[in-house]
Amino acid sequence: MWARWAWRTLTSMRTALLLLFMLALASVPGSIFPQRQTNAAAVNMYLADDPAKARILDRLGMFDVFGSPWFAAIYLLLFISLAGCVLPRTRQHWRAIRSRPPAAPKHLDRLPDHRELVSPSPPEQALAAGAEHLRAARWRVITTSGTLSAETGYSREIGNLVFHLALLVLLAAVALGSLGGFRGNVVIREGTAFAASSAQFDSISPGRLFSTTELPPFSFTLDRFTADFQRGGQQAGAPRAFRADVSLIASPGQSPQQRTIEVNEPLEVDGVKVFLVGHGYAPTVTIRDGAGDVVFHDSVVCLPQDAGFTSTCVVKAPDAFPQLGLTGFFLPTATVDPSRGPYSRFPAPDDPALFLAAWEGDLGLDTGRPQSVYKLDTAAMRRVGIKALLPGQRWTLPDGSVISFDGYVRFAAFAVARDPGKELALAAVLVAMAGLGLSLSVRRRRLWMRASPATGGGSRIVLAGIARSEHASAASDLDRLAAALHSSRPSPTPAAPPLHGKAAP
Amino acid sequence: MTDTALASLSNGLVYAAMLTYAIAMVVFAASLAARAPGRRPLAEPALGTSRRQGGVGVAVRDAPVPARSPVVQPAPGRRGGNIAMSLTWLATLLVGAGLVARGLSVGRVPWGNMYEFSVASAFAISAAFLVLSLRRDLRWLGLLVVVPVLLTLGLAVTVLYTEAGQLVPALNSYWLIIHVAAAIICAGAFCVGTALTVAYLVADTSERRVSRGSRFWGSGLARRLPPAQRLDAMAYRIHTFAFPLWTFAVVAGAIWAENAWGRYWGWDPKETWAFITWVGYAAYLHARATAGWKGRKAAVIALVAFAAFIINYFGVNIFLTGLHSYGGLPS
Ligand code: HEM
Repeated sequence: MWARWAWRTLTSMRTALLLLFMLALASVPGSIFPQRQTNAAAVNMYLADDPAKARILDRLGMFDVFGSPWFAAIYLLLFISLAGCVLPRTRQHWRAIRSRPPAAPKHLDRLPDHRELVSPSPPEQALAAGAEHLRAARWRVITTSGTLSAETGYSREIGNLVFHLALLVLLAAVALGSLGGFRGNVVIREGTAFAASSAQFDSISPGRLFSTTELPPFSFTLDRFTADFQRGGQQAGAPRAFRADVSLIASPGQSPQQRTIEVNEPLEVDGVKVFLVGHGYAPTVTIRDGAGDVVFHDSVVCLPQDAGFTSTCVVKAPDAFPQLGLTGFFLPTATVDPSRGPYSRFPAPDDPALFLAAWEGDLGLDTGRPQSVYKLDTAAMRRVGIKALLPGQRWTLPDGSVISFDGYVRFAAFAVARDPGKELALAAVLVAMAGLGLSLSVRRRRLWMRASPATGGGSRIVLAGIARSEHASAASDLDRLAAALHSSRPSPTPAAPPLHGKAAP
Repeated sequence: MTDTALASLSNGLVYAAMLTYAIAMVVFAASLAARAPGRRPLAEPALGTSRRQGGVGVAVRDAPVPARSPVVQPAPGRRGGNIAMSLTWLATLLVGAGLVARGLSVGRVPWGNMYEFSVASAFAISAAFLVLSLRRDLRWLGLLVVVPVLLTLGLAVTVLYTEAGQLVPALNSYWLIIHVAAAIICAGAFCVGTALTVAYLVADTSERRVSRGSRFWGSGLARRLPPAQRLDAMAYRIHTFAFPLWTFAVVAGAIWAENAWGRYWGWDPKETWAFITWVGYAAYLHARATAGWKGRKAAVIALVAFAAFIINYFGVNIFLTGLHSYGGLPS
């Protein structure tokens, strides 16, 4: 009893409407607050800036709106409602399609849309002519003695049902993708390689049913990254072209193939796609201790901060004694602004420079706590100097260590992704669109015709029609039918004009 | 002609169009304000019962729409209305020519940044209105269309102006042509749909008030509108065109996103608001089929959905950051 009521309520149009509202409303915070899925760094910043408020927001799921239980509750209810609404309707419509159009009501002339006319043909002939006309226009027609019922536009409801059912399939496809797919990010410097099989990802979000061993065993080396920027004009500095030239080894033992990856032009290997999603600079730094031994030599990925690619760098040299850390900026086109300090004026490396601060002490790497390679924990360190270096320049610290800025390479950031549900999702969406098109363009109409013998021979005809969908009307159908009856006169006498009713214009 | 000359020709054409629209707006307003003779007859009450209200036997969903009342084409405002329509045609051609010149100057489709989208959308709104006006008299709607067109162009040439230039790599794809073109046509259709919805709400209010004897609502602007029921039907029609197209635009965007970023949906702010817009219009279509929600309530939902569309169009690009910032590669 209660269950029945609950089910009826859940599957009512009013509930569907309410749930649609709630779905729209619930999405709004997802666009206002940073989301962990897409921008974890911004979420952490939020948490650091205002921990008290952020913690409450976090508990409410505001940083992961689309994965939160309340968001899921809304769309799951909506889809249950959808199934509960659409499946019975499918059954109903199936019956409607197979049953005959309903018999004509007694008083056709009481319907708001009707026509009365006289025909010189006898009733049976007139009805036959009407039926022929309607069948030719693909109506379903039933004639009984003296009346005709016809209906058309069944595909409207079919379209509507197909549309709603396809949405269910879409939901399944999305679930399939998020359970069986994965997405990883990796930063690669020019001259270095990435092997998917050993999963050298910087970050990875695998689906619950995905294991990285399923990745095809490809690897590639970033040979060269090129970037073009607009020079001059209002849009100076805007990116114009990015291109990563890679050597791909599709599976171990194969010889490398030259490929390019561009924005909008991913690399595809065995159902896994590699997308170019970012780039930046990695200055090459060498550190020698007082004895002249190399304690650090690498190209360090610096994170771009602005459109000019002012990039923050962190170097950690745990092998130095005492341990040495560097923080600072790589500036592709270095400028020093009196108020802002050093920054990069242009994203291309026209005038590169490295601005560094050196720290001595304990890097804190031995505490066992995981540390970001992009952050230097200076709690147990002492700053020993700052310096601006041009490529090729050296800087000798008070203790005799020498830091040299040897040059730079570029790095590119790639996303590697697989989504086993995407083909199904596309198919569902295409079917849904076809259904939607039918459902919104087809009008469902019913027509009736009654013919009775007229006193002077021929027949008296009443036509009536109703539309069964939004803002349609059967008027033009009635006009066409009337015209057809008109022209199918068997006798040579001129047709009688419509008597009264809503006449054709 | 050189690229720079074409680009400045384009700017000149857009300014000329704005001037023409401004004059059209004044003339539309004046012709609406001119006193209309006669009393506006009320729309016929709906006949029959809706099939969803449980009508048995023969259910009649929609009564035939009453013939256009004679007051819809009032004499005094008529000439003005014609002049304003001609001006709107002229202005639309000017914006269209401005778009073509811009496209030629940059050698690509002229919708690669906010400025260009906005000019293209202004063209789409105006063109949607003119196409509809070919089959029926829409002079009474002119003001409600020209005002948003002018606002869009005004925003475009001030806040959003961008010099002619090449695309950022993220936009360099044929999906730009497909996806953005669909979105621009939707902008036109949704905006005209909104104008019709507003007109419907005004006409409906006026009919209710007049039937209660209000003098104020019986005179002036509202009397020049067609019957509310007809406006409602027109608004519905254009929304049934725009909604599937919007669905297509969103799907095309998803395919593009899959190709560019490796996921077809990522709840980026632009995607989120596209979804909100879509759900909003789906709610509108549902409301029309739900007893107790037809009519005014459904109309309000359509307006809310349009607000989401506008937020997506301007707000998200200006106030929220995401991958769709048209700036360059995401960092
Ligand atoms: C994912 C959620 C849903 C979406 C996006 C959606 C979307 C739509 C759209 C766009 C239409 C317009 C097509 C038309 O008018 O024929 C429509 C119609 C309809 N929907 Fe849904 N719908 C959803 C869920 C539901 C649910 C839960 C129900 C049932 C309770 C439902 C019942 C209907 C019905 C009966 C119509 C036909 C209205 C008419 O005859 O005009 N829908 N839906």
